[in-house]
Amino acid sequence: MYNETVMDHFQNPRNVGEITDASGVGEIGNVVCGDILRVYIKVKDDRLDDVKYMTFGCGAAVASGSMMTTLAKGKTIEEAMQLTNKDVAQALGGLPPQKLHCSNLAADALHKAIEDWQQKNGK
Amino acid sequence: MRKVYLDHAGTTPLHPEVYSLICEFMKDTFGNPSSIHSYGREAKKWVDEARQQVADLIGAEREEIIFTGGGTEADNLAIIGAAAARHKKGNHIITSSIEHPAVLNSCKYLAKNGFEVTYLPVDGYGLVDPEELRKAIRPETILVTIMHANNEIGTIEPIEELSSIAREYDILFHTDAVQTAGRIPVNVKDLGVDLLTLSSHKMYGPKGVGALYKRKGVRLEPVIHGGGQEKKMRSGTENTAGIVGFGKAAEIAARDLDSEYKRTIELREKLVQGIIERIPDVKYNGHPERRLPHNVHFSFSYVEGESMLLSLDMKGIAASSGSACSSSSLKGSHVLEAIGLPYELIHGSLRMTLGRMNDAADIDYVLEVLPEVVARLRSFSPLANKLTV
Ligand code: FES
Repeated sequence: MYNETVMDHFQNPRNVGEITDASGVGEIGNVVCGDILRVYIKVKDDRLDDVKYMTFGCGAAVASGSMMTTLAKGKTIEEAMQLTNKDVAQALGGLPPQKLHCSNLAADALHKAIEDWQQKNGK
Repeated sequence: MRKVYLDHAGTTPLHPEVYSLICEFMKDTFGNPSSIHSYGREAKKWVDEARQQVADLIGAEREEIIFTGGGTEADNLAIIGAAAARHKKGNHIITSSIEHPAVLNSCKYLAKNGFEVTYLPVDGYGLVDPEELRKAIRPETILVTIMHANNEIGTIEPIEELSSIAREYDILFHTDAVQTAGRIPVNVKDLGVDLLTLSSHKMYGPKGVGALYKRKGVRLEPVIHGGGQEKKMRSGTENTAGIVGFGKAAEIAARDLDSEYKRTIELREKLVQGIIERIPDVKYNGHPERRLPHNVHFSFSYVEGESMLLSLDMKGIAASSGSACSSSSLKGSHVLEAIGLPYELIHGSLRMTLGRMNDAADIDYVLEVLPEVVARLRSFSPLANKLTV
């Protein structure tokens, strides 16, 4: 059902955990299946210095969080806001159609974390 | 890597004795049981013997067994066939909210075609209350269909009590015994049912064959029309090899019932106790006593089922889950919803169903792997780790 890249990111998820002094946090609940993904970001000079995530979700959600954080790390805020679920799914080499919504979780939670940072910093 | 199959409620492997007999049969018996000539008669002999073996498993007469293309088809025949035969008497059907989709969707089909359906609720263990059945009965009620035991949580329903209520009102009673036959004693007379569904591949027989027990004198309309096989109840040339295998599987199931029952319960208790001792924040679902011997069903807080299944599969362990994420419809299990489990615990559900091939070493292996799997998934679950920022 899942390809090797997805299974690799599921088995060895990158950047899981929390950032205790995060600049922003975003949590998204999936309306389709009810799962949750939370993203922590550390911003330095308008760049994502660190990104971490946690999830209560399926294999695709775990892998999407892992890929999203990998892609987002080091990006400027502007670039990170452009990151879509399609980018995440593509970088994973594709997801089964019924699992595409899981990659939304990751991208949406990242954008929410950035908005949280923007709000806190009056941007 | 060790392989541990714990999805016997989903399907079972072919029993070696069944396999040998099917091979022996298929080698040179190809006749059509409906034919007059010796080829046909030879095939019919085998089919008749299988019919007797299946009848013996459930305390029925040979003439009361209708072979079908599986359990789903038998459920369709029982429900749609009874409704069609009795529609002049009334248009009301009673079932439970935790039935298999074969029953629920047959009822739904009838609901679209002028019938009314009542779905009885269940308690937290998954039990139907006989008093609820009595309350739901109307003058137009023609059929009650309630499963013998639930396929997800393993709860065994009080069929004797339920069927005796239906009998008071002259209402037909059907039960889906796909999960119970071959695992606990199933006797149609003791159960007091008019119709009962069986499936071959849940009892170490081949797939694509099942049976409906139809008590003598009960009238049904066929669902499949054609050459009038199976006493006009199920047209189509018989799946002879499947039927022969099913018969043998039924014979073995009856023969080994007691010993397998005891052995399976021992393994189950070892698994259940082991999980409770090793993993915190778990909930054992289903009934503590009225339960299928091979069913183990837990919810693990803070983790999602599909992730658990994938992780276990990588370690060679096959199980199943009621989580929305593991179903193609992305809907959580209707059974777990009906017993009132909160959505988070439906997500974290894991069903392990034991079978003939499992032994104590398998259980030890699961008890070694499962705690690690749950701990890993919990380590990055936002539900287990409260927001600290
Ligand atoms: S997160 Fe639920 S299906 Fe993927």
